[in-house]
Amino acid sequence: MFAERVGHLALQQLDAAGRWALFGTRAIRHVGAGGALGARLARAIFELGVRCVPVIVIVSAFAGLVLGLQGHYVLSRFGASGMLGTLVSLSLCRELGPVLAALMIAGQAGTALAAELGIQRSTEQIDAIELLDVCPEGFLAGARMLSSLFVFPALTSLFVIVGIAGGWLSGCVLMPQDPDAYWSAVHSAIKGRDVFECLLKAGVFGLLTTALCAYQGFYAHRSGEVGARAVGVATVRGIVLSSIAILVADYLITAILL
Amino acid sequence: MKSPQLERIVGLFLLGGMLSIGYFALKMGSVNLVAVETYTLEARFSNASGLIDGSQVAVAGVPIGSVTGMKLAKDFSAVVQMRLQKEFHLPSDSTASIRGHGLLGDKYVSITPGAADDFLSNGSRITDTESSVDLESLLSRFAFGSVQSDKKQPVKE
Repeated sequence: MFAERVGHLALQQLDAAGRWALFGTRAIRHVGAGGALGARLARAIFELGVRCVPVIVIVSAFAGLVLGLQGHYVLSRFGASGMLGTLVSLSLCRELGPVLAALMIAGQAGTALAAELGIQRSTEQIDAIELLDVCPEGFLAGARMLSSLFVFPALTSLFVIVGIAGGWLSGCVLMPQDPDAYWSAVHSAIKGRDVFECLLKAGVFGLLTTALCAYQGFYAHRSGEVGARAVGVATVRGIVLSSIAILVADYLITAILL
Repeated sequence: MKSPQLERIVGLFLLGGMLSIGYFALKMGSVNLVAVETYTLEARFSNASGLIDGSQVAVAGVPIGSVTGMKLAKDFSAVVQMRLQKEFHLPSDSTASIRGHGLLGDKYVSITPGAADDFLSNGSRITDTESSVDLESLLSRFAFGSVQSDKKQPVKE
């Protein structure tokens, strides 16, 4: 009895994973479905990118500020204050930048995406698109997934730059560190491969987040709830699964590239 | 939603995004888009511990290249491959040594130019080398030595 239930659950999850992968590939392949790709891309960049700029700036500034303080506290214990720039820039560039930026964008734009598609599903707009012989995955999710490949790396770069400036503010202005040593440590610490890893992570997180959130909204009617509740469930699953996917993918990419 | 204002904001975002990626990659990450002409050299060390791919190669403290690979030779010495900027011609009797940026810092290859008239060409090998100083064995030798000299002293009651 128990084994049967476990097996059933496992098969269900396997189906969901397969459906998600099919959803993603269909969305990218039929990205031009329904026309007006340029306008949809612009709108996607506005929703995913422009709207997230304030939250990215605030979060990155405080992440950098606290890194500067903690770094100063830890490093000055063993007389390595000159390494503050190395610590702040490498941790922001390799880990915190891509992960925190992706989590913030998922929270701000991913939830909106899941809710929007969920409502379109529950009001049968998606069925209407299908009746028009337009691929709904491509029409609704394609442009968003494509634009995430630019938006996530761009916002991650912004995150790293503002964060490093925040580390300078707390380490060198509020705390007695030497700014010249800080900046030269920053410039010598970040290598080409760090930048590559950072931007690669950002792009992967972007695709994962948009595909997961769009998928949850798109298949809101399969969540076991109906109507408004289904939209709620889809939104929650979108953000939770995106967050998990971001952290798991982060570990995997780091382990492969290191 | 579709208004000229939206397009302008998105355009601004595209410009700003590209600028920040560019600044991050080119200014902070010092990624070279223009390929610098390079040539490769090899150096043989009895001990190359602490060097990794990407370690700096410097002349007089100024970085002019990086380590691209390491392998173990048949006689169990370490052969380190380096890529240097083409504009710097090194005399054929130059010496290479492995140095560190302080106790905690990274190891790098320091090349001291010689005085010969001919230059090291692409693929040639520097044989006159000085290996990395193994600080731990140095310390333990020192500690071990000092323990012995302590023992020689007569114990006073």
